Amino acid sequence: MTDAAEVRTAHLLATESPLKRFFRATEIDTRLLGMVGAMLVIWVGFQIFGQLLTGEGVFLTPRNLWNLLVQTSAIAVMSTGMVLIIVMRHIDLSVGSMLSFVGVLTGVAQVYWLAPWLGADNPMIWVVGVAVALGAGAVLGAFNGFLVAYAGIPSFIVTLGGLIVYNGAAWWVIRGETVAPMDGYFELIGGTPRASWIGSEASWALGGVICLAIIAGVVLNRSARARFNFPQRPLWAEAFLILGGCAVTLGAVWVVNAYAWPPLIAERYAKDHNIPVPPGGLIYGHGFAIPMLIALGVGVVMTFLATRTRLGRYVYAIGGNPEAAELAGVNTRKITLLMFMTMGILVGVAACITAARLDAASNSLGQFDELYVIAATVIGGTSLAGGVGTIYGAMLGALVMQSLQSGMTLLNFDSAVKDVIVGSVLVFAVWIDQIYRRRQS
Amino acid sequence: MNAETKALPLVEMKDVSIAFGGIKAVDHASIDLYPGEVVGLLGHNGAGKSTLIKVLSGAYKRDGGEILINGEEAVINNPRDAKKYGIETIYQTLALADNVDAAANLFLGRELRTRWGTLDDVAMEAQARRVMGRLNPNFRRFKDPVKSLSGGQRQSVAIARAIHFNARILIMDEPTAALGPQETKQVGELIKQLKAEGIGIFLISHDIHDVFDLADRVAVMKNGQVVGAGPVSAMTKDEVLGMIILGKCPPGATPGPGAMAA
Repeated sequence: MTDAAEVRTAHLLATESPLKRFFRATEIDTRLLGMVGAMLVIWVGFQIFGQLLTGEGVFLTPRNLWNLLVQTSAIAVMSTGMVLIIVMRHIDLSVGSMLSFVGVLTGVAQVYWLAPWLGADNPMIWVVGVAVALGAGAVLGAFNGFLVAYAGIPSFIVTLGGLIVYNGAAWWVIRGETVAPMDGYFELIGGTPRASWIGSEASWALGGVICLAIIAGVVLNRSARARFNFPQRPLWAEAFLILGGCAVTLGAVWVVNAYAWPPLIAERYAKDHNIPVPPGGLIYGHGFAIPMLIALGVGVVMTFLATRTRLGRYVYAIGGNPEAAELAGVNTRKITLLMFMTMGILVGVAACITAARLDAASNSLGQFDELYVIAATVIGGTSLAGGVGTIYGAMLGALVMQSLQSGMTLLNFDSAVKDVIVGSVLVFAVWIDQIYRRRQS
Repeated sequence: MNAETKALPLVEMKDVSIAFGGIKAVDHASIDLYPGEVVGLLGHNGAGKSTLIKVLSGAYKRDGGEILINGEEAVINNPRDAKKYGIETIYQTLALADNVDAAANLFLGRELRTRWGTLDDVAMEAQARRVMGRLNPNFRRFKDPVKSLSGGQRQSVAIARAIHFNARILIMDEPTAALGPQETKQVGELIKQLKAEGIGIFLISHDIHDVFDLADRVAVMKNGQVVGAGPVSAMTKDEVLGMIILGKCPPGATPGPGAMAA
C-alpha cells in the first residue's frame, strides 16, 4: 500500500517543474516566503528611498535593524497570543488598554510600594514587579475569558468593554501622572541600558545553540518517521532546510554584533575595567538585547504550545469547527478561558518590555497596541474566519508593521501620513492574501 | 437477535424528554438496544430521532427520563461522559474539524502523547494509516486538511474515529447520506462486521430499504413520540411506512405513546 503511494509521489516529483518540486520536497510554506519577500522589498525600498531623499540610506544599517528588533518585541510577544485567540474565532480588543493598566500597576508597585519598603536597588523589586505584571495580566485575561466562555458574551463585546474599562482603570490608578523611574534591574527588560545587551560572544554562542537545535529537530523528525516507515523528505531537502535555517540565524547574529556600542559607553566601560584603549577606539558589538531574547523565547514556547500540545491542537480544532470539537469531547469553554488567560499573561510580558524601555509607566502606554497586534496577526496570515494561523507568521507580521513605521519615521514622514499608509498596507496585504488563497484552492 | 433471548439490554432509554423553548422535540420516548443488534430509527425530518440520539451521545442534556447502560443508571451530561460508556457517534454533519488532517480528527479529544506529554503525531499517523487502510485502502492524503477530501473520504474519517476506540454502542446518523453506491455498500458491510463483533448499533436513516437490509429491529418516531418498535421480520415495508406517515402501529410491533389510537 505504501509502496504504491511512494511510487505515485516519486512520479509526481519527477514530472512537475523544478520549483514546484523544491517546495513540495522541502514543505516550505510559500505564503511565508511571500511575506519574507515583501519585507525585503520594504527594507530595500526604504534604503533606496532614503538614499535618494537624504543622500544617505540608513534603513539597512545594523543599528537600525537592531532597533527595529527591539521595537518589534512587545507587539511580537502579544501577536503570538492573538493568533490563537483569532484561530479560535474570537478577538481581543482589550490588549492595548490592558497593557497600559498592567504597566501602570507594575510601575506603581515598584516606585510607590516596593522601593520605599525594600529600599531602592533591592534585587527583589524587579522580581515582584514582573510577577505583578504577569499576575495582573493573567487575572484580567482570565476574567475576559470567563465572560466569553461561561457567560456566553461575544468576545468582541467583552473586550471592547475591556478596552474602555482598563483604559479608565489605568487613569484611575495614577490620575494621568507618569511613574518613573523604574527599578534598575527591571529596566534591563527594555533593552536600553548597556547591561541588557548580551554582547558578541554570547550572541554567537546562542546562534550556535539555535543551529544545533535546528539540526537536532530535522534529525529527530527523520528518525521518528523512519520508525514507522513513513515517506521521508529527500536528503537534499533536509540539507537545504538545515543550511537555510542556520544561515538566517547566523546572519541575524552577525547583524546584531555589527552594531557597535556608542563610543562614550565603550570608553567608560574600558575605564571601569582597566582595559587599555587601542588607537581607533574599542569596538564592542551589542549582540542580542534582552527584549529580543524574551520575544524569541515567547515565540518558541507559543509555537510549542500551538503545535506540540493537546491545548494547541484543541485551539485549532475549535477554530475549524467548534461544534465538532465539543462533540469530540473537547472542553471548549475551558480552552477558551485558558487562551484568554494566556493572552493576558503575554500582555503582562509586553507591558514589562514597554514600561522598561520607556523607563516609565503612564496611562498612555500601549495606546492603539490592540490595533497593531491584530494587524500584525492578520498580515501574518491568520484568518479572521478562524482555524488558520501560525505563530511565526504573526511575529513576522509584527516585524513588517514595525519596518513600515520605522522606515517612515527615519524619512521624517508626517505622523498623519504614516497612519494613512500603515492602514492602507494592512488592507492591501489582506487583499493580496485573499487572492493567493483563492488561487491555491 | 431476539430481544426475548437476551436478559440485559446494552442501552435502555426510558421516558426521555427534551424541549426547546416549549416545543417538545422528544416526548417520553423509550427505546432499547441489545449487544450485536442493529436498531433502525425511522421517522420524518423533525420527528425527533436525531434529537433523541443526541441525548444519548451527550450533545443535548435531557429534561427528564433515564438512561441505563448494561442495566445501570448512566450519568451523561456531555460528549465526554458518553464516550466513557463506550458510546460513539457518527453525526449526520460528520462533525470534523475541517482545518486539521485525518489523524488529528481521528484522535480529537483522545490524542496519543509521548512520555513528555507532547502530541505523538507520528504514532497517531501510524494508527490512522492502519485503521484507514482497513476502511478505505485507497486513502493516501494523511497530511491534508480534511476540508480538501471528498465526501466519501471524509465519511471514512468519521467512521474510523467512531470504531477505533473500542466502541460498544455505535450511533450512526444518516451514515450514507453523502456517499455514492459503492461506498454505501462498504458501510453496509462494515455494519455487519461490527455487529458480528457484538457492538450495538443505532442506525438513523431516511432510507427504509437501507434499514430493512441492515437492521434487526426498527423503531419509528413521529412528532417527538415513539409510534412503535418491533422486529423487521414481523413487518412489511408498507406497514413501516404507515407508522412513519400516519403513526399507525401494525400488529407486528409494540405500540408506543405516539401510536394512533385504534
